[in-house]
Amino acid sequence: MSEHSGMVQKRGIGHWFTHLGLIIGVLFIFFPIWLAFVASTVTQPEIVRPPMPLLPGGHFIENYSKALFSGVNAPVALMMMNSLIMALGITIGKIIISLMSAFAIVYFRFPGRTIFFWLIFLTLMLPVEVRIVPTYQVIANFGMLNSYSGLIFPLIASATATFLFRQFFLTVPDELTEAARVDGASPMQFFWHILLPMSRTNIAALFVILFIYGWNQYLWPLLITTDPSMNTIVMGIRQMFPSGDDLADWPVIMATSILAMVPPVIVVISMQKFFIRGLIDSEK
Amino acid sequence: MATLTLDNVRKSFGATDVIHGVDIDVQEGEFIVIVGPSGCGKSTLLRMVAGLEGISSGEIRINGKRVNEAEPSARDIAMVFQNYALYPHMSVFDNMAYGLKIAKTPKDEIAARVATAAKLLQLQPYLDRRPRELSGGQRQRVAMGRAIVRKPAVFLFDEPLSNLDAKLRVQMRLEIKQLQRELGVTSLYVTHDQVEAMTLADRMIVMNAGVADQIGKPLEVYENPQTEFVAGFIGSPATNFVPAGSVGVSVGTTVGIRPEHIKLSAEPSRLQARVAYCEALGAETLVHLRLDNGQLVTVRQGGHLPLPTEGTDLWMGWHDASMMVFGEDGRRINAV
Repeated sequence: MSEHSGMVQKRGIGHWFTHLGLIIGVLFIFFPIWLAFVASTVTQPEIVRPPMPLLPGGHFIENYSKALFSGVNAPVALMMMNSLIMALGITIGKIIISLMSAFAIVYFRFPGRTIFFWLIFLTLMLPVEVRIVPTYQVIANFGMLNSYSGLIFPLIASATATFLFRQFFLTVPDELTEAARVDGASPMQFFWHILLPMSRTNIAALFVILFIYGWNQYLWPLLITTDPSMNTIVMGIRQMFPSGDDLADWPVIMATSILAMVPPVIVVISMQKFFIRGLIDSEK
Repeated sequence: MATLTLDNVRKSFGATDVIHGVDIDVQEGEFIVIVGPSGCGKSTLLRMVAGLEGISSGEIRINGKRVNEAEPSARDIAMVFQNYALYPHMSVFDNMAYGLKIAKTPKDEIAARVATAAKLLQLQPYLDRRPRELSGGQRQRVAMGRAIVRKPAVFLFDEPLSNLDAKLRVQMRLEIKQLQRELGVTSLYVTHDQVEAMTLADRMIVMNAGVADQIGKPLEVYENPQTEFVAGFIGSPATNFVPAGSVGVSVGTTVGIRPEHIKLSAEPSRLQARVAYCEALGAETLVHLRLDNGQLVTVRQGGHLPLPTEGTDLWMGWHDASMMVFGEDGRRINAV
């Protein structure tokens, strides 16, 4: 082995090809986003007239403030707030519920424990889209259409997160539980003082995943919010497309799209460190 | 300080009996070591005392008070676990203080008790560190510190040294012994290592398949094993067993002779065997000989004696007093 051992260090033509491939890949994925950004900084006529501009124009502030404060149906600032409330509600609700249920399933012996676990597991196979009609019925009967609770509650129960926490709790050594018992900790004290702090990287990783999941919800908000003031941004973009012969206000729509991407990016970047740690190590 | 009594304690998992009735009376301040091979039930017994495992029948008393139904924290015990079981996200200080915090001990008293324990265990420089920043020996000390600050009536040790390397194990063994002497706390210590048992114990309990085969002072147990199992398990190299008939003993089925009690010579004596190989360890030499029936016998002799040549036939001799005769049931027949 030379001093530059391992695959990553290997230099030469392969190295350049790898990078070239990666750069092309990045450009390929980034190009539409770039186009959207360009389109959000020019005027409507400039977009419609071929060729499409490839460099940003001078209407950035104008277009973005128009999108944020007046929008097409509802101001984007309001839609972003709606999305934020929904995404945070789903994320926090899911984390709390799944932590508690995983704690119950792993640490307590009660009748029907396995059945409950498999019932939770079964819901993994039933995503929102599959159960959307009955769920709509339930939410409508509860009078929760056009409300935050209607947006949040049906998406909270989560098999994925419960399963993830269950797997993590199973790796926590039994001796730790026993040490806590000898120390006199009650089950809930054990949960708060020991289990929860130990799960924090997992919680952070889940927070990122679930926040994006919540933020990107499209079908469910589309179905239950008819009032524009309750629109979320992801479905709101679709609502901006005109029906009939009206002209689409492309710069504003594109500005909205770019704005819709910002919060998930912020969450990912700010929590990247925890996120990666949470996925790769279980910190024993 | 406290006494600990086990009164015909039994444990069964479903139909399988794991502990078949154990009686022990531990005096105040006594260091008791439970030793036995894996699966003999020694850890289960300790966990029953700790309250982590239920008791099927019988009674455990600490200071004369029945604790069968008490929660672990209510039994006035502290336990040192095999894998230390330190809380990974807490500092050394918090690890030691956790039990006291739960018990709502005043803050300054917690600080004082932890400081005392840290001083005793030379952990002062590490109080702010996390367990993963410590070496194995230091983690072991923290685990003991956590036990000490509780000022328990009884210390329970579950193979606390088995995760350390050989050198550290010897050092920690001494430290545990010193600490226990200093604090004078009644202790129950489980190990599979008979050297640990011999060196640490005031009295030891040799367990075999859920039964306490023998309880006694280490040297007593060594010199006067009550069963064939104890004779074979305690002592290294292990006791040699030969059929009683082959050495002219008319009672019993098996005769055990410790390796150090056998003298080798060229003159006809009790039993002839061929030297298979020798292990010269410096201070002593282990000579392995093969009997006519193919069985190996180990002889321990001083390192100053000349090495026997491999392949030669030698006679083995010993005093009558060093013969341990066992009956068919494995019990000692010629007990002293």
